[in-house]
Amino acid sequence: MNFATLADFFAMGGHAPYVWSAYGISLLVLLLNVAVPLLARRRYVADERRRIRREEAAQ
Amino acid sequence: MLKVCILLLSREMRVLFRRPMELANPLVFFALVISLFPLAVGPESKLLATIAPGVVWVAALLAVLLSLDGLFRSDYEDGSLEQWVLAPQPLSVLVLTKVLAHWLCSGLALVLLSPLLGLMLGLPERTLGVLLLSLLLGTPILSLLGAIGAALTVGLKRGGLLLALLILPLYIPVLILGSGALQASLQGLPAAGYLWWLASLMVLAVSLSPLAIAAGLKISVAE
Amino acid sequence: MNWTWFHKWGSPKWFYEMSGAWLKGFAIAACVLLAAGLVWALAIAPEDYQQGNSFRIIYIHVPAAFLAQSCYLMLAIAGIIGLVWKMKLADVALQCAAPIGASMTFIALLTGAVWGKPTWGAWWVWDARLTSMLILLFLYFGVIALSQAISNRDSAAKACAVLSIVGVINLPIIKYSVEWWNTLHQPATFKITEKPAMPMEMWLPLLIMVLGFYCFFATVLLMRMRLEVLKRESRTRWVRNEVEASR
Repeated sequence: MNFATLADFFAMGGHAPYVWSAYGISLLVLLLNVAVPLLARRRYVADERRRIRREEAAQ
Repeated sequence: MLKVCILLLSREMRVLFRRPMELANPLVFFALVISLFPLAVGPESKLLATIAPGVVWVAALLAVLLSLDGLFRSDYEDGSLEQWVLAPQPLSVLVLTKVLAHWLCSGLALVLLSPLLGLMLGLPERTLGVLLLSLLLGTPILSLLGAIGAALTVGLKRGGLLLALLILPLYIPVLILGSGALQASLQGLPAAGYLWWLASLMVLAVSLSPLAIAAGLKISVAE
Repeated sequence: MNWTWFHKWGSPKWFYEMSGAWLKGFAIAACVLLAAGLVWALAIAPEDYQQGNSFRIIYIHVPAAFLAQSCYLMLAIAGIIGLVWKMKLADVALQCAAPIGASMTFIALLTGAVWGKPTWGAWWVWDARLTSMLILLFLYFGVIALSQAISNRDSAAKACAVLSIVGVINLPIIKYSVEWWNTLHQPATFKITEKPAMPMEMWLPLLIMVLGFYCFFATVLLMRMRLEVLKRESRTRWVRNEVEASR
């Protein structure tokens, strides 16, 4: 362990705003990359199901 | 082969000269952009001379880009592009001729106009040779690279801004080398290294980009 | 030579069935590697004797930059495969990878800027690497814009393939010219190029983070590609079964 206490860890030796903002925003972008295809897939499946139901009703 | 190219070249020149105002547009744009800079940064000749290399090159870049937007449009609309694709001659040679014709009418005129504007920006006379030479070597690269973008976007209704987005990043080496040559000669340093680099880039562009232009045109025509 | 392994890639159904398992594997690997790498990078690795703790930004900056560059190379390779062998899956891969690559480039640029503030005293420095990263971001935007602008799916894929191949040929020229420009225009005070060799305990977490980022990229790419394959094949029997089976 490089840090003695948890407070030290969050302070990052005075560089806290830089380190945590860089990590935070990067993590956000990574999460966004995961969320976008997941949501798109959910929407696609819902749309497709509706279409199938509609076509079955029409027949 | 050569005969076809010469015929095509003369046809293209005739078509271009039929609308002289359209030929003059990029030149007027070039002069206009350059004259905006003194108005924006102030009339001190010392400051102007230091930023002149960058200003001249950025203006030349934009002027070439602007003139390329319609490079293949009329051929696309009247169907002659399809004939080109079907022609027995390789498409890459035909497009190279077409770009050459376009460069002779716009790029070359821009090169010839540049010393005048250079003098207005306060460039010393000894640098004008390098200015001419760097633009002479650089503008064909700009035309060829821009033609790739024009070929890819010819089928689109509003391709102008997209063309700039696609092509401007690719122009960066030419911009760096061209303005670098001018800056070097402004500081009294030898500019030959930059010019050799520009020349080798031009050889690369002449040999490779016609293939990409041809591929782009085939895609656009097939659509 | 037996080419059946290659022809299999031409079948969307085969890809969809196989990629489910790959996706799981990559996702688990990415989670484990990124979690381990983050803890190691943030808490365990020693601080730099000059830059202190701000140096820890390297553990996301460098993997993102690596990935951004190799992703562009991947675009061009997928483009060549798509143009030469007319493989639809390569087209799908190209168009799905471009936004991910752009976001990685964005991460690399942003962390570079944040890192620059404590190290160089400015948010943005026209350092050769940062500048070529910025140009890479514009190249990605070009590919994305072109794929959005062309409505015909096949033409869009082919046009993007041509553009990314042209871009890959230009990329080394751009990189070298930017480096040259940088050394000429400003004193080389901000060199992070000649870094002293890293000690093992700094270097190992970096390796883990790089691997984690690559696995993450594979995961997200497969997610996007699977969805795109479903959309393209939406009229077939197997997609219908797939849709009805999922939530």
